[in-house]
Amino acid sequence: MREMIRLFVVVLVFSCVSGGLLAVVRSGTQERIEYQQLKFVKGPTIKQIMEGCSNDPLSDRFKIMDGDNERSFFVGEFDGKRSVVAFESFGKGFGGNIGVIVAINVETDKIVGIGVTTHSETPGLGSRAKSEPDLSSQFKGLPIKEPFKVTADGGKIDAISGATMTSRGVCGAVVVSAGIYERLKNEILKKIKT
Amino acid sequence: MAKTIVQEFTKGLWAEIPPFRLVLGLCPTLAVTKTVENGVGMGIATTFVLVCSNILISLLRNVIPKNVRIACFIVVIATFVIVVELVMQAFAYPLFLKLGIFIPLIVVNCIVLGRAEAFAAKNGVVSSFADGLGIGIGFTLSLTALSLFREVFGSGTFTVPITSVSIQLFGPSFQPFNFLVEAPGAFVCLGLMLCIMNMLGKK
Repeated sequence: MREMIRLFVVVLVFSCVSGGLLAVVRSGTQERIEYQQLKFVKGPTIKQIMEGCSNDPLSDRFKIMDGDNERSFFVGEFDGKRSVVAFESFGKGFGGNIGVIVAINVETDKIVGIGVTTHSETPGLGSRAKSEPDLSSQFKGLPIKEPFKVTADGGKIDAISGATMTSRGVCGAVVVSAGIYERLKNEILKKIKT
Repeated sequence: MAKTIVQEFTKGLWAEIPPFRLVLGLCPTLAVTKTVENGVGMGIATTFVLVCSNILISLLRNVIPKNVRIACFIVVIATFVIVVELVMQAFAYPLFLKLGIFIPLIVVNCIVLGRAEAFAAKNGVVSSFADGLGIGIGFTLSLTALSLFREVFGSGTFTVPITSVSIQLFGPSFQPFNFLVEAPGAFVCLGLMLCIMNMLGKK
């Protein structure tokens, strides 16, 4: 019986020390890991949308609670003014969710640019939403309140030929972004100043 | 039987070099050696785990009861593997994306557990350190050799470790030998290298 207890205690102590050590390492690296993930997953898209900004939008970011979800917002500084905010939202595409980053100018409420981050669309058709600017460039400069729809649905956005579903998904994501922006605008304005 | 520290170290480089002499840990060997960068990265990660776990297990060898030794070894090894995983995510994220699942799988790499069970649990700290370092460096060398062969002939490129710069070695008319980059090609390469090693070792 004593032997049993000894075995139990040894394994217990091992596990506790291990758990404690890992917690320390995790909290020490967490921030950097988050930054690295942003840099390599969303980074290229954000950089592309915010071309010409004078700060680093990846490190210049803040979080706002939206209901139960925490959302990250990236700030872009143009001409010395912190006027652009970018964030990610999702729309339903042909092969699953499409992640779209939308950058909005908070002074004019107009879209600065959008870009696709993650998708699982058909290579060569839907994937062009990410690789070619034809679709995303159409959103540039449009007011965020616009009802974004592809021409087939009576909207203004020309869909990528052969990838109407994908184009719809991107429009949907932008509409979702508009909703988030409306909902959180006051908080965004408050946080962007600091 | 008593070997010097230097002998413990050097045996991992030739006489017991994994995975050629110590035919263990084949899963990561076959899976990650598509490019030199992956091979070297995997080797370094494994070496770190091996050295740390060898030292700690050797220090604790009198504390660990015989009945639960495997469980304790695995806890120690797993801890270091997660440390490697987190550090790699923080400082070498692209490499982490490429190695992916094979980093957590170092936990079940037979080389690490094998050295803990066969060596560190029976020997002093210094020789365990030498053993871990030797085997680790040997493993890194093997992975580098295998991945160099596969990358150069399989895709005609050479990826400089750390910088991730890929160099085209042959002209545009080079037809890549795709078979080598696929999993069966890894087996064939490993077999050929084992054969060469055995031929060299035979006197």
